[in-house]
Amino acid sequence: MDFPSFYMDHLAGGRLIIGLIASLHVLINHPLAVGAYPLLTWMEWWAHKHNRPDIDRLACRITFIVFIITTTVGAMTGVGIWLSTSLFAPFAIGSLLRVFFWGWFAEWLVFISEVVLICWWFLSWRKADTAEKKRKHIKIGVALSLMSWLTMALIVAVLGFMMKPGEWNQTRAFLDAMTNPLYAPQLGFRTFFALMTAAVFIWFTAFFFTRPKVAGDDGPKRLRRWIVYRMSHVVLVSLLGVFLFGTWYWNCIPETMKANSSVALLTQEFMSWHGRFQSLLGWTIVAFVVIGIGGLSNTFTLPRWALLVPSVMGIWLLGHFERAREFMRKPWVIGEYMYSNGIHKDELAFLQSEGLLRHATYVKHREVTEANKAECGRDVFMLACSRCHSTTGLNGVIEKFTLMYGADKPWDAAGMTLFIKGMHQTRTFMPPFPGTDKEAEALVAYILQLRENPQTLRGAQSEGITFAPVAKPVEEAGR
Amino acid sequence: MNLLAAAPVPRDLPLPLPVPEWLLVFCLVVFFLVHILFVNLMVGGSVLVVLLEWMGLKNKRWDALAHEVAQTITVNKSLAVVMGIGPLLCINLLYTLQWYSANALTGHAWLMIVPLVIVAFLLTYLHKYTWDTWTSGGKKTLHQLTGLGAALLFLFIPLIFLANVNLMLFPTEWEKVKGFFSSLGIGNILPRYLHFMAASLAMTGLFLAGWFGRRDSDLSHLEGFSRPELRRLFYKVCTCITLAQFLFGPLLLFTLPAAGITTAVYVIIFSGAAVGLLALQQLMAELKSPDAAIGGRYGRIVALFSVVVLGMGSGRHVYREAALAGHQAEVKERTARYAAALAEFNKGQAAKPQPAEQSAEQLFMNCAACHAPAVKLVGPPLTEIAKIYAGNPEGIVAWAKAPGKKRPELPQMPSFAHLGETSLRKIAVLMLEKAAVK
Repeated sequence: MDFPSFYMDHLAGGRLIIGLIASLHVLINHPLAVGAYPLLTWMEWWAHKHNRPDIDRLACRITFIVFIITTTVGAMTGVGIWLSTSLFAPFAIGSLLRVFFWGWFAEWLVFISEVVLICWWFLSWRKADTAEKKRKHIKIGVALSLMSWLTMALIVAVLGFMMKPGEWNQTRAFLDAMTNPLYAPQLGFRTFFALMTAAVFIWFTAFFFTRPKVAGDDGPKRLRRWIVYRMSHVVLVSLLGVFLFGTWYWNCIPETMKANSSVALLTQEFMSWHGRFQSLLGWTIVAFVVIGIGGLSNTFTLPRWALLVPSVMGIWLLGHFERAREFMRKPWVIGEYMYSNGIHKDELAFLQSEGLLRHATYVKHREVTEANKAECGRDVFMLACSRCHSTTGLNGVIEKFTLMYGADKPWDAAGMTLFIKGMHQTRTFMPPFPGTDKEAEALVAYILQLRENPQTLRGAQSEGITFAPVAKPVEEAGR
Repeated sequence: MNLLAAAPVPRDLPLPLPVPEWLLVFCLVVFFLVHILFVNLMVGGSVLVVLLEWMGLKNKRWDALAHEVAQTITVNKSLAVVMGIGPLLCINLLYTLQWYSANALTGHAWLMIVPLVIVAFLLTYLHKYTWDTWTSGGKKTLHQLTGLGAALLFLFIPLIFLANVNLMLFPTEWEKVKGFFSSLGIGNILPRYLHFMAASLAMTGLFLAGWFGRRDSDLSHLEGFSRPELRRLFYKVCTCITLAQFLFGPLLLFTLPAAGITTAVYVIIFSGAAVGLLALQQLMAELKSPDAAIGGRYGRIVALFSVVVLGMGSGRHVYREAALAGHQAEVKERTARYAAALAEFNKGQAAKPQPAEQSAEQLFMNCAACHAPAVKLVGPPLTEIAKIYAGNPEGIVAWAKAPGKKRPELPQMPSFAHLGETSLRKIAVLMLEKAAVK
């Protein structure tokens, strides 16, 4: 990549940080924004129509929590995905911004309206004291629900596009990218998932606001029964949507990616989970069904803790969905266009023939020699491997080679070089090695040196940059 | 050119800009000013709140005023964030290489923006919503500390953005940067920071002079203040700080590295400053006007300040363009050179006859990383394989398509089904031959 390499060695390059920020964002955005706004608006409308000030008060209190969380952690983790991706994969985010400019621009406009509307909606809630003002206030809630759904609808287009670019790589057309085949199922899955989890969230939060304060006061109990009964309906209906759209989504994933996904599930960190995957997925659905049906009963109330079970499982399900979605993209960061290390598909053969170091910018040497071999290998590692691997830490190359070549015996450099060159054949989720044979040997020399002397590889944010003068074209250099 | 000798010249992304450059420039300048206005109100507001609340310890009326000002911050801060996305989008597109490079070079601090802003926002809410409950003794102190904590964070976070906006302008300096703190030594960050902070207070003063001046605004919580008094107070804040800007402004301008200084920059900035003098004169006149008439010039003052800000924003862009012109041109040239070489190479590749089917030896390279002739590398050696599958290449093919796990001490072999039956058969035959030779 032609940017200074930000790198956090012990966090597998730092990808983990994008993952954490993004997961937190989705976990807030789906239940608390996309799902909760329409449900809270509906509660407000119902309260107005049936003259139930207690329901209105409850909706307002839950909105307070939603308001605080979405305008702090929610908003900033959204921006944080962008800020962190700018560091770890500027080549990818930079390219996506150029292709998706109008998508992002439109999303920004929708996002502005979403922020304005949530502030307006919440801060004017208690001022809406006449029927007419109330009707207007409910309309703000409706607009907010629409806008927050639209934000998600636009960003899902970008996510879907990264998985399966449709015709984009030929036509480079924006509309093609927006109408890619994974779009509708993914959006449907997320919409219903958001509603389902939002219902559980509102249900759970309502317990805190419906505690009987005065002995003999039936009000809180009645309110609690009301919310539980309604929200369990929402859970059951949305669950069906989650199931249907989820199935459609998996059926639409291109075959190669499906093949990859089994690799992902089998060999990577998912390995130990795989056995439990299907049963856990089943249990997640069962958990939501159980509380959904349990909530319909009017002879007993489900205890608060019972809601934590499906919530935790829902988080797990979504987390797994996002991780699998991210992983299935491999070896691409933008399907059939750019590999996960930022190498373009159409420059692969060129770099393999002329050399990765020759055409890079932030490298110390341009030609591999016996004397500078390990130093060159370090730069090759930074360019070709560092977006996914650490040196000696998490998902480290030393760990990977130890699995293959053993911890207690010398490693065969020739074998390792062969492996690196053919790696994309055996590890289909990895991009092909984008350099010359000599550069592969240099990489091996660096790895062997790392094994002898494990040293943290520091990124541009602490080490700064080094750059060799731009190399002359191959012909002029006298080849 | 000598100046640029030490600048790295990276290749740009091989995708065209999605919209005409002039449109992006226009959006960058305008959206950035809108963003920075709300940032000003957020930062200036939180600083004022801390001061006013502290004054409120002696006289309760200041505490009430501080509370009223605090109400505005939480909305302004949300707008500051959301309005920041547009300019970020534009700068990413216009200065892809310079901007992302500055981000990476100050990476730790850049990443810290996310948690720091979250904490600052949460503290701001805590400060706002505990105002009526944490009212006395230790709780009041805790309340003030909460406000102070938020204000200090708001004072620090802009420095991270400033470091990036500054660093991107000087690619020749990138080599010297080793982390965020060392990047603060480049260019003239301190004068820029002072100018920004002063602008935050001035803009907040002007905003509050208007905010409390609204005819329908409710001043019932503010006992001991009359509307004209409030207006005059915040006009005074705005006036004093604007006066100070005539010190900070030139300090910033004259300490700017020469790289981007052109006549146009001076002309634009000085014109802006001249309009600034007009605004100052109007402010002074407001301060002198009687209670009944105060506020009459508000619209005019806001308009004048808008012109000033637009001038400063444009001047800033003209400086940036000039400072980066050389680097942009070199990047463009190198990108084009690379694209040409790549196209040439790919044309040559396409013209070559399609390579014949891979030979068995070539195909075997896929296996050689793990299987050596006579020693165990990763998997068993060929000699051992030959013993198991003697006269049975089909057995090897079947195994390679769907490997099991027979040896607990070895990692499991991945499937090679994607190579295809024919290739796998060739490999299997070769494997058995190789083992026979040994």
